[in-house]
Formats: sequence, structure tokens, C-alpha cells
Amino acid sequence: MPLILSIALTHVAGRLRQSVVSVLGVTLGVGFSIAMAALMEGSQHDFIATLVDAIPHVEVTDDQRDPPPPPAATRFDAVNVIGARPDDDTRGLRNPVRLRAMLASWLPGRMAASLNGQAVLRYGGKDVAISLTGVDPAAHLKISTIAEDMRAGSFLDLAANLNGLIIGDGVADKLGASLGDTVAVSASSGAVRRLKVIGLYHTGVTQADDATGYTVLKTAQVLFSRPNAINRLSIRLDDVNAARAIAARVERMTGYRATSWQEANEGLMEVLVVRNIIMYTVVGAILLVAGFGIFTIVSTIVHEKSRDIAILKSLGFEQSDIRRIFLTEGLLIGLVGSVLGSGLGYALSLTLGSLTFEVKTEIELTSLPLYYSPVHYLIACAFALFSAGVAGYLPARRAARLNPVDIIRGAA
Amino acid sequence: MSASETAATSTHDGPGATTEAEAGPLIEARGLTRILPGLVPVTLVRDIDLEIKRGEFVAITGPSGSGKSSLLYLLGLLDTPTSGEVLVNGKPTHLHSEAKRARLRLSTLGFVFQFHFLLPEFTVAENVMIPMRKLGKLSHDAMRDEAVGLLSDLGLADHVDKRPDQLSGGQRQRVAVARALANQPPVILADEPTGSLDSKSSEQVFEILRDLVDRRGKSVIAVTHDLDMAARMDRRLHLIDGRLADPPAEGV
Repeated sequence: MPLILSIALTHVAGRLRQSVVSVLGVTLGVGFSIAMAALMEGSQHDFIATLVDAIPHVEVTDDQRDPPPPPAATRFDAVNVIGARPDDDTRGLRNPVRLRAMLASWLPGRMAASLNGQAVLRYGGKDVAISLTGVDPAAHLKISTIAEDMRAGSFLDLAANLNGLIIGDGVADKLGASLGDTVAVSASSGAVRRLKVIGLYHTGVTQADDATGYTVLKTAQVLFSRPNAINRLSIRLDDVNAARAIAARVERMTGYRATSWQEANEGLMEVLVVRNIIMYTVVGAILLVAGFGIFTIVSTIVHEKSRDIAILKSLGFEQSDIRRIFLTEGLLIGLVGSVLGSGLGYALSLTLGSLTFEVKTEIELTSLPLYYSPVHYLIACAFALFSAGVAGYLPARRAARLNPVDIIRGAA
Repeated sequence: MSASETAATSTHDGPGATTEAEAGPLIEARGLTRILPGLVPVTLVRDIDLEIKRGEFVAITGPSGSGKSSLLYLLGLLDTPTSGEVLVNGKPTHLHSEAKRARLRLSTLGFVFQFHFLLPEFTVAENVMIPMRKLGKLSHDAMRDEAVGLLSDLGLADHVDKRPDQLSGGQRQRVAVARALANQPPVILADEPTGSLDSKSSEQVFEILRDLVDRRGKSVIAVTHDLDMAARMDRRLHLIDGRLADPPAEGV
């Protein structure tokens, strides 16, 4: 064993009770940090999974990120065009067959086309405005989890029923309609059709349950007077985290706006970042407090062992050797605390993970979501060791500067 | 036994005994002055010139507060002079870094103090091994053999694995001497080595120091207020108010 380490060990062992308390401080700090990180990141993952599952990972819509310049501007090299009226151009994704073929060759995922528009449902004198989407039921199920959320009827029933309508249970409640009822659907184009409610869903997301509905693509095209048109291409990726890059690529390729789920939920992502900053601040504070414990014990040892320091110097120990002895003591406490703390953190995570809760809302959260990552352990231990290093270094530097002559004179 | 073989024998057994440095003094002080700074500066020693040769047993005597210990710490590179310089093996040390002076202490100077200053957590043999481990030239087993050998020479063969607090004062001081000898330095600096011992133990420790000079060719510089003991050494340096002075009449 190196000499520095064996001297450091005897010092720490000589103050066993205090050392154990300091180690415990680090252990608790590291342990709770790890458990907290697992819980925070677990809930974050759970949250994102729920969110991402309910929406397409990338959505291509029929507008452009930057509106094209008026034709006059490009033709005449004009700086400003006054009084130009926008083209009444046909909306929708042009040439959907070619578009799909273009993407299908490389896209790591599945896609489904749809036509979306605003419609008002009328039943028994009540009006409810919804966002109505015309889909190819089989294709839509490949990019959506709505089949799992069906409360009545089956999503695939749409395929066999051109006059079928599937709506959120909130919409049905507001209308007072239930399965089997026929409601009048009027679109902004003025067309009205009578559709039969053949399914109800409950996703748990109020926005979806209270204001959306599905019908067959053909029916929607008729209703919105847009024969053969689609205005939305929803993409579900194999890897959700690739969404940003793929959205950018789709956008470059097609010229249409492609929105990744991260972009669609930017505000939410910011909240998660803030949450993580708060978490790591708290973790840092816990370990800083543990650092004070280490500072106290190493300072005490330096004070107590000043005669030993003097004699070691007279024997030929350099200042840096003395400094290293006491720095080692701080790091020893930090290291033992980190190892024990990692164990405690794991145990705490397991305990938290085994707890079950009764939750009243219908998205069942029966146990705490936990996410296990070696990164949490690394960060907590690194922070603990850093704070132990600083807490050991300050008294160590003082010890190294002690003048042996003063101490020997004082003892004599 | 010491009186019988005074004029130092040439049978040096320490590896520090090299021939090239034999001619010059081992330690030399030139104009050595140490003043403690402060509102009222205190002069510890002033204008000391001296030479310590190989195989000399030198006493530093003087009244309390005359600067005996201060001079010893300066010669041992434990303290730095305000002006003047200390030469070890003919080489000046005043420009050395703290680390370099520490390394010089480790290999060429051994300290013994009035109190033993052994590390209480380590056994006797481990205490003696600390300077060896710091130097790091020998294997663990070789260091242990060396330490046990040194301790046996000083009559402590039965105590090598005891803790310092299981020994008597005289025994502890002998362990401290063994530790000072650990890296076979040519010079031993002793600050009142018998100051806290009873007369029997004092005599034992003195005999050991005498023996180091006579049989191992070490130079020993010892601060003492015991004039009897000083009289039995080879040379006496008498300090009064931080300056070298003529020693008082011998045989007091």
C-alpha cells in the first residue's frame, strides 16, 4: 500500500465515529440523488412516451415554412410589390402518390395520408365543432395507437362503413349522442352529411377527446369538396429520437412543412429542461452539504495531527506529500460514500418502483415510473468526489503550509 | 566503551560515506542569521560561521533562549535563514525549492527531537520504515529487514511489532534514533535528545549517539543543556544571545 494512503487511512480510522458520519452524509446525498434522478427521468420518459404515442412523430402538412415570394417579385426583380393579391391556389399536398414514393424509399418508419378539416356536428339541437380527419383506417392504425383507446366499436369498422363516424367520448357527451346515433356533419364548404356514430374513444388527452373525430378519407373528401386530395401525411418512426433530423430531411426534400413531435411540443420540452436543472441543483446542494461534513473532519484531523505533520516534514516529506495525505482522506470518505450511496440509490429506486398507487384518472398510473441509467450514478458519484476533493483540499493546503519549526517548538 | 575508541575509526559502514566528499566539511554555515519578522523583530541567531566534518560529535550548548535549537533547525534545512547560507556536502542550499530541501533531509539528515514524535498508529518497525518508504528504494521486505536490523542494534529486537505507547520513554527515544538512521544519512541532528529522559535512559541514548560517531562514522550534532554530556563530545559550540562564544570552562 502506498505510504500516503496508509497514513491517510490511520488518520481516518483514528476518528472513526466522525468519519462514519461524514461517509453517511455522502452516502445519503448520493443515494437520494440517484433515486431522485431515476424518478425524475422515469416520469419524464413515461410522460414523453404517452405524449409521443398519441401523436404522429413527424407530420407533413400542406403549408410551407416560408411563404413563397409573389411571382411578380421574382419576375421583375422588384424590391416591393404593392397591391398584389395572393393566388387562390389549391390547398393540399400535391401529387401524393409521388410524394409517398419519394419518402418510402428511405424513411425508417410508416406513414399514412389523411385529409383534415373543421366540421360542426349537430345532434338534437346541440352543435359541437371538431377537427375531423378522413383516414384510411387500416393505414391509420399503423401510425396511431387509437385502437387501444376505443371504448365502443372498432376503429376498423370505418373501412366497411362510408357513413361511419368515430368521435371522442367527450364530443359524444357534449352532443348527448351515443353509439348508433346519426349526427349531421357540416363542413366549412357548406356540404352537410348525416353520419352514424360507430365508435367512441377515450385517449385521456382532453383536447383529443372533446374536439376530434374520424371518418373515411373518401367521405371527408366529399364533405370538404376536395376530391382525391390529402393535406396531411403522418409518419410514425421506428426511433422517436430521430424525429428532428428526419423532419428536417423531409422538409428539404418536399418543400412542405414537416413538424417533429419535439417541435410541436416545444413548450413542454422547455419545461422538462427546467425540471432537470432544478433537479441537478438540488442534488448539487445535497452533496455540497455532505462536503461540509468532510471539510470539518479533515480540518479536525489536520489540527489534531499537526505534530505528526511536523515530524513527517522533518523526516523529508514535501509540502505536496502532506497535501496529498489530507486530500486522500477527503477523497477516501467521498469514495466510500459514493460506493455505499450507489447501493443505497439502487435500493431506494427498487423500493420506489415496487410501490403501487390507486389513481382516480383513467390513464392508469399504478406504480412510479423509474428510469435506470448508469449516467445518474456517474453524475452523483462524480459530484460527490468533486465536493469531497474540494472539502479535503482546503484543510490539506493549510496542513502543507504548517511550519514544522513552530510546531516542534510549541511541543517542546 | 565509547571512551576507549575516541578518535573516529575509518570503518564507515554507511553508504553515505563516499570518498569524494570526505575532504570537505559535511555541513557548513556562512554568516547564518535568522530573524523572526514582526512588530518587534526577534533575532534568533546572528552571523554564525561553522563547519561540521565527517565523523564529528558536536555539542551545541548555551543558556535557554540563546538560539541553540534555532541553529540546529537551520543546519537541518527545516528553517530558512534570513541571510547567510547553509552548505551541505559543499553545495549551497539557499536557492533550493522546498521540495528539494525536503529530499535532502530525507537522504542526508536525520532528526531526533526531545520528544520521540513517533506516529502512534504505526508499530515500531513501521515507524522506522516510514522514511525508507518515502525514499522508495527498497522492496517492502528489504525495508523491514533493514528496520529490524537497526532496532536490534539499538537493543529493541523484542519490540519491533509493538506500538509506541507500549514502550518506555527511553525505548521510544531509541526508536526515534533508529528512524533518524533509516535512510543511512551521514548526519544526525539531535535537539535535546535526552531532555525528557531519566538519567539511566539518557546515558543509554548518549552511548548510542557516541557509537554512531565512533563506529558508523556519522556526524552527530546535538543541542544540550547538560554540560557534563557536552563535555564528553568531540567539540562544543557555545551560543550566547544567538552568537557563537567561547565555551565556559570545562569540567563544571
